[in-house]
Amino acid sequence: MAIFVLRRLLSAIPTLLLLATLTFFLLRLAPGGPFDGDRAWPPEIMANIQARYGLDQPLPAQFARWLGDVSRGDLRESFQYIGRPVSEIISESLPVSLMLGSWAMLFAVALGIPLGCLAAWKRNTWLDHSAMFLAIAGVSLPSYLVASVLILVFALWLGWVPPALWEEPGSAILPVLTLGSRPLAIIARLTRASMLEALSGDYIRTAYGKGLPDSRVIFKHALKNSVIPVITVIGPLAANLVTGSFLVEIVFQLPGMGKHFVQAVLNRDYPLVMGVTLVYGVILILSNLLVDLTYAWADPRIRLES
Amino acid sequence: MKFARNRLALLSLAFILLIGALAVLAPWVTRYSYEAQDIAQRLQPPSWEHWLGTDTLGRDLYSRIVYGARMSLAVGISTALFALVLGTATGAVAGYYGGWLDRVLMRLVDIFYIFPSLLLAILLMLLLGRGFLGILLAIGMTAWVTQARLVRAQVLQARELSYVEAARAIGVSSLAVIGRHILPNIWGPIVVSLTVQIPANIMAESFLSFIGLGLQPPFSSWGTLAAEGFRAMKSFPHLIIFPGGVLFVTMLAFNYLGDGLRDWLDPRHDTGVGF
Repeated sequence: MAIFVLRRLLSAIPTLLLLATLTFFLLRLAPGGPFDGDRAWPPEIMANIQARYGLDQPLPAQFARWLGDVSRGDLRESFQYIGRPVSEIISESLPVSLMLGSWAMLFAVALGIPLGCLAAWKRNTWLDHSAMFLAIAGVSLPSYLVASVLILVFALWLGWVPPALWEEPGSAILPVLTLGSRPLAIIARLTRASMLEALSGDYIRTAYGKGLPDSRVIFKHALKNSVIPVITVIGPLAANLVTGSFLVEIVFQLPGMGKHFVQAVLNRDYPLVMGVTLVYGVILILSNLLVDLTYAWADPRIRLES
Repeated sequence: MKFARNRLALLSLAFILLIGALAVLAPWVTRYSYEAQDIAQRLQPPSWEHWLGTDTLGRDLYSRIVYGARMSLAVGISTALFALVLGTATGAVAGYYGGWLDRVLMRLVDIFYIFPSLLLAILLMLLLGRGFLGILLAIGMTAWVTQARLVRAQVLQARELSYVEAARAIGVSSLAVIGRHILPNIWGPIVVSLTVQIPANIMAESFLSFIGLGLQPPFSSWGTLAAEGFRAMKSFPHLIIFPGGVLFVTMLAFNYLGDGLRDWLDPRHDTGVGF
């Protein structure tokens, strides 16, 4: 187990390197630069600025220097927020994104699994149909539309929660609901499907034969065997949440990492884009590793291999 | 379940065809141009003159949604086809030949797979510019890997079956075995995957437009309309409700159609959502 984890962590290094290389060259080959303003600078000043940030060097040399800095734990300073280290910007914004993501996941699991069970239990009744309609709607709605509806109804018309910004505890409610709606829908659908399959097992007939009530058979016996496929999607969904959160952060004007990423890309803030991409990469790799570990824990028949 | 008996899937197909027809016939089914501004008539609620109201520049919202359908559907379908061709070719070759070719191709697929797709699309958009081609490639390059994995898995299974062995035994060339024997036998999952790809790509385009990296004005897609509507949402909710509503129902229709097709082509797979 420890060897498996170690191996996976080691194999993450080339992956991250690849991710960084691709991002670096894509970003630098794109037209435009960090210091293109409305007015043109005199060439001498421009040359000075370029030299100050090492942008006058050939691209591979710049990349090599950046890699050197990163390997020493230095993500450099942002171009856009002059004098602020990228690591500081990330350590301020990452907690916001992580908090949003984890609450959204909690909401999706806590509501999705019972909803899926209920739909399977009451199969082909109006309850089932409305739960599954909600689930399909959750997958069909782009997050900015979910956000629009929630803002319109709960913030602008009813005035229960703030419509945007990150100022009071209530600020997190709408973003979490928005972000959680898609995983909620996917989890509910999957739980229903795997629950239906579990319910056709012999041990379920035995449980009913012993005279156990519906609710006990469903929630005690069938649920245990039907959560494994659900666990496997939770990992990729969690990884999606991290990147998916940046649309939600833009819509709600939240100070998370996603908002920085889009801003930084538009402003060609190279060090910040690279830093944020690396952090995303690390999160994705860690969450995939976590999935494999939970999978092996949930189903002992599965052996961990690299 | 027979496809023809799945009412919801049929209704969805009809709706998609209707939207498609409106998009193709846009100049004949709209009374105003999508870019004609009429400042005196700006931000009007729905009326007989303007069925769905007008936007901040006095442009007819119904016309913009119909013309937007052109753009959204064009992006959705062409990126799905791009992903289909590239993904099927890669997946089929990797799965059929195996060995080092498989390892190299799948390594390539993995590279794209680890890249968060929206991040990659944003970077590609920057590189390729905000035209139709830029959007097509930005979304297509993130979408083809799923297709490649799907086709590879199918080909790996099919390769071991006796009809493939028989074809090989009588000396049919490898490419012909793939093209004429294997691919026609695995078209079911491929068609179903299109009903997932098209809406996913329409959605991806709308995301890019929403964060300001999509098509340039005055062109509109459902994403750019929703983005414009979002900003004026508080005072003029119709600007987001109509384009958002059309986008939502279209996504819903593709989902139900996909479920219907899956039940029909792969009866073992029960999603249980067909009424």
